[in-house]
Amino acid sequence: MEHYLSLFVRAVFVENLALSFFLGMCTFLAVSKQIKTAIGLGVAVVLVQAITVPANNLVNTVLLNEGALGWLGLDEINLSFLGLIVYIGIIAAMVQILEMVLDRYFPALYHSLGIFLPLITVNCAILGGSLFMVERSYDFGESVVYGIGSGVGWALAIVALAGVREKLKYSDIPAGLQGLGITFITTGLMALAFMSFSGVQL
Amino acid sequence: MSSQFKELVVDPIVDKNPITLQILGICSALAVTTQLAPAIIMSIALTVVLIGSNVIISLIRNHMPGSIRIIIQMTIIASLVIVVDQVLKAFAYELSKQLSVFVGLIITNCIVLGRAEAFATQNPPWPSFLDAVGHGAGYSAILIVVAAIRELFGSGQLLGYEILPLVKNGGWYEPNGLMLLAPGAFFIIGLMIWGIRSWRPKQKEAADFRISDGQPERH
Repeated sequence: MEHYLSLFVRAVFVENLALSFFLGMCTFLAVSKQIKTAIGLGVAVVLVQAITVPANNLVNTVLLNEGALGWLGLDEINLSFLGLIVYIGIIAAMVQILEMVLDRYFPALYHSLGIFLPLITVNCAILGGSLFMVERSYDFGESVVYGIGSGVGWALAIVALAGVREKLKYSDIPAGLQGLGITFITTGLMALAFMSFSGVQL
Repeated sequence: MSSQFKELVVDPIVDKNPITLQILGICSALAVTTQLAPAIIMSIALTVVLIGSNVIISLIRNHMPGSIRIIIQMTIIASLVIVVDQVLKAFAYELSKQLSVFVGLIITNCIVLGRAEAFATQNPPWPSFLDAVGHGAGYSAILIVVAAIRELFGSGQLLGYEILPLVKNGGWYEPNGLMLLAPGAFFIIGLMIWGIRSWRPKQKEAADFRISDGQPERH
């Protein structure tokens, strides 16, 4: 239990996907103008991340890894080079299924998430989460915790940035720095703050 | 021909740069730039994938049903990335370890899918090829400049050769650790955008809000 807790805290703060690995930056910078939309996107990322990271973990251990096809009697087959294409396929499929399920059973949530769900397929934070899971060889339990934790961390970062950007309208920014430039600087300062977590030993 | 060449190849380098103007492909631009060597490898990898995907997608553009084109594009891009990844693992194993997941993340790099969707599906192969070269070069230019700044000031080296002799080796330069950390990358790109936009004022964004001077406005 303690192990899972420390993995969770590490995924949220110390190894924050957005601020220390720069994943999902395109959406991070583009959809952070208002807190409300940022929360919508954040929730969507947590949901998708919590589903796809464990799903990819299962696929990896049952189908792709070296010797994973042992249950078919094919011990010497190693399909791990197919990893990338399988993960992205699973992510796209999961997002599609999630969209249909939400549309059928939770129409209110579906409408508030709106355009964000399809966007998530090409969000590098999602694929990055799966690839980190494979690189660090998490088992199934760890992958569930890591999926949720990394999603929460990303959501936290984008909501915080949106909060800062909403206040930025009161500041007098030089013309060339307006928009994208000042957003980069702000994100840099936030990353600096998040770095203080890296000293936390769990 | 020459005006088309200029428009497709030269424009994306500064005037329509994918990173600093179009906000595409930023993730890897920040993550692999602590040293120059991985940044160069990453630029080459992305340019190869971009050229391959643009040309292939443009060749089959008239046979792709609109409703499933994204899946087709993703499959083509993912296959190209797998090839690049395997080649890197075979011939530059150390560097591919250093780049870790970021080669795989070329799949979700918005530049590749963005150009496939916006350009290659509507244009013949040759212009698509030029467009890919231009955007690859624009991406590479930013990556290499940022990596050079970070490696030079962060560890006093370029491509592993010592340029500024460090204090701990008996030289005079005290390395700036911030350059090697995540926030340093954000600051450098932010300042670079400021520089480029002051040089090319057309790229400036209109302010969402203006502070009025003096009297409060009546509503």
